[in-house]
Amino acid sequence: MQRETSHRATTPFWRDERFLQIFGQIIFLFAVFSFGFIIFRNMQSGLEKQGMKLGMSFLQGIAGFDIAEMPIEYSRTSSYLQAYTVGLLNTLLVSSIGIFFSTILGVILGVARLSKNFIINRLAFIYLEIMRNFSLLVFLIFWYQGLFLKLPKIKQAIIWFDSIYWTNRGIAIPWGLPTASFPTFQLILLSGLVLAVVVFFALQAYANRTGRAPLTTLWSMLTFLLVAAIGWLVMPVKPLEWSIPFAKGLNLSGGKIFSPEFMGLTSGLVLYTAAFIGEVVRAGILAVSGGQVEAARALGLNGFQTLRLVVFPQAMRVIVPPLTSQYLNLTKNSSLAVAIGYPDMFYVSSTIINQSGRAVEMITLVMLTYLTFSLVTSAFMNWYNNKIKLVER
Amino acid sequence: MNQPDTVLPPLTERSGILRWLRHNLFGTWLDGLLTVFGLLLIYLAVKGLLTWIFTIAEWEVVLANLRLFMIGQFPLEQAPRLWVGLGFLLFLTGNSLAIWDKRSYVAATLVLAFPLFLAFLPFNSANRQWLVFLTATGAIGWGLGFSNPQALKKTIVAGWIISLPILVLLTRGFTETDGVGVMAIVGTNLWGGLLLTFLLTVVANIFSFPLGLFLALGRRSELPIIRWFSVGYIELVRGVPLITILFMAQLMLPLFVPGGMDIDRVLRAMVGMTLFSAAYLAENVRGGLQAIPKGQFEAAHALGLSGAKTMIFVILPQALRLIIPILVGQFISVFKDTALVAIVGLFDLLGIARTVLSQPEFIGLHREVYAFVSLLYWVLSYAMSYISQRLETSLGIGTR
Repeated sequence: MQRETSHRATTPFWRDERFLQIFGQIIFLFAVFSFGFIIFRNMQSGLEKQGMKLGMSFLQGIAGFDIAEMPIEYSRTSSYLQAYTVGLLNTLLVSSIGIFFSTILGVILGVARLSKNFIINRLAFIYLEIMRNFSLLVFLIFWYQGLFLKLPKIKQAIIWFDSIYWTNRGIAIPWGLPTASFPTFQLILLSGLVLAVVVFFALQAYANRTGRAPLTTLWSMLTFLLVAAIGWLVMPVKPLEWSIPFAKGLNLSGGKIFSPEFMGLTSGLVLYTAAFIGEVVRAGILAVSGGQVEAARALGLNGFQTLRLVVFPQAMRVIVPPLTSQYLNLTKNSSLAVAIGYPDMFYVSSTIINQSGRAVEMITLVMLTYLTFSLVTSAFMNWYNNKIKLVER
Repeated sequence: MNQPDTVLPPLTERSGILRWLRHNLFGTWLDGLLTVFGLLLIYLAVKGLLTWIFTIAEWEVVLANLRLFMIGQFPLEQAPRLWVGLGFLLFLTGNSLAIWDKRSYVAATLVLAFPLFLAFLPFNSANRQWLVFLTATGAIGWGLGFSNPQALKKTIVAGWIISLPILVLLTRGFTETDGVGVMAIVGTNLWGGLLLTFLLTVVANIFSFPLGLFLALGRRSELPIIRWFSVGYIELVRGVPLITILFMAQLMLPLFVPGGMDIDRVLRAMVGMTLFSAAYLAENVRGGLQAIPKGQFEAAHALGLSGAKTMIFVILPQALRLIIPILVGQFISVFKDTALVAIVGLFDLLGIARTVLSQPEFIGLHREVYAFVSLLYWVLSYAMSYISQRLETSLGIGTR
């Protein structure tokens, strides 16, 4: 008791570190809040002078502008919110296609850089050096303006195999158009998917029980394809009708037409991101030590088994975290669409800002949407990473 | 045990170009196929590129607008100020090279003689004289540093520190005389081209450094409020694209300040770039901090250093030294990202390219203009990363 009082007397509270820490944090919090408050009040009074009030209700207003590419119903009489949704879907479309193709190209580049073949190795290296010193925006504009807009006019279109058209109005490829029986086919596909999932888990359970390693993914994919093929064959009216593009006056018709903006943006992003993914893949493969491969061979695994059961699972641990950030980079970089006129989320939002003057609300909305992408992706990748990470004692 | 001479490879395999070719290019039939395919690709790419550069492309658009690409609409009669600023930078560079890397004659010659090399290109005579002036100032700086390295060290560090204010002052001017007089104010609306890109890069990097440092320390802090604030800021900024931050700076920043106060458009872009870059820098610094072993902290505490002193004198010098290459990488990526200010309507290198293309006599020359701009970005980024790699080896980073 005596001791405690004397202890208290020697360190007055203004020199007690615990007190100072809490006090300092309170001061900091107070400073941040008052700064935020001042900013907010300035903003409000500024907006009031322009006769505006913060709020999201304007999103119900009529947009009044056209959007060139729309995956869902949209016209100029639709609401701002619908316009925003169109932009959001376009962003998701570009990102997912971009991620798919840049992963493929990236893996090829990564493996090529490890190739013993001198020419292939150097080619991949030069590609990487060229790509990563470009400014992405300048490259995208160059790619779009210098390549896709300089393709010939429709009258002089470059035509491959009588069915693929390269023109400055877009690139058209043959495409299946759904017929009346397509909904039935969709049901068949769905049941195939369910069956594939069942096969996947059954094989996994079998693997856990017996310690063998069946080709789980391959078999479940084969199941799906088998169901789809049987469904296609037994249906009397084919669910898809082959449509081949053709030039009709000054326009392309039939098939599937990809606009120059879409092609420029997506292919530019793929070419750029693939260079970085290639480095990620290369680092991942190099991180698996040679002893692992030798040990696998000593156990009698063949080349493919070594790759599938030993190298690949270990490389994935190194690859997944940086790969995630490359995927997120691609998604964020797709906002550069605004510079080449592809109506992604950001481009549509900037049009909405011009139309309605609602800069604060729209920028906040766009930021929150991108932030949600980031958080969802990193949550998923953390889950995946936890699943594949090294189990230590 | 050792029988070095008894097992020789077959004669044909032992040496020579043929063996190298066989091993590296034609090991298996697949390898051979890939090699042929690769060579074909190189041939087609190089042939196409050379044909375009020398026979099809019309480069007059670049030559006629070179001034716009370099300094934008900056008034020509005020341009000597920029040359003087460049001369100052080159003086410092020459001096620093002589003081800190005395034996690198090749590097010094390359850097200092580059303007002289440019002077042989067909520019007008005034520009040529200025280019010669640049080499001269650089050489003087080098000579001074070489003859008297110790005495000048502190002056040079001070020179680098005041170089940014000097450059900004030289670019902007300070006498309000409506464009007449030596130091008349040149509004930021006239800044453009490489000049603007350069200023944006440097300003964003310099100001984001302290901010990023504090955020990194905040993220590692044991105080929950500080830590959560730093984490929130860093993750928020890293989660959104740069263009949204630039838009926010351009459209919302004027609303944040009290009414009547006007923020310059270039300044807004600088603020946006700085806030963006700080978050990424914080993560880089955090990486460096995490690499410092715990023993360093404990040793500093055992010596009786306070928390702040531990950071300043023990941890940060080591951590920052570790991440010099990453910081250079960050500098380069900010440089490349400045192109985005063209989207919010500034006339940086990319913005100028757009105005050049809108001139009626140069319509349709997108390939030439954008190829030139891409190349400029490419060469400068490549040069910077090359220099940083040299720096890495000469400082022995990562090999200690």
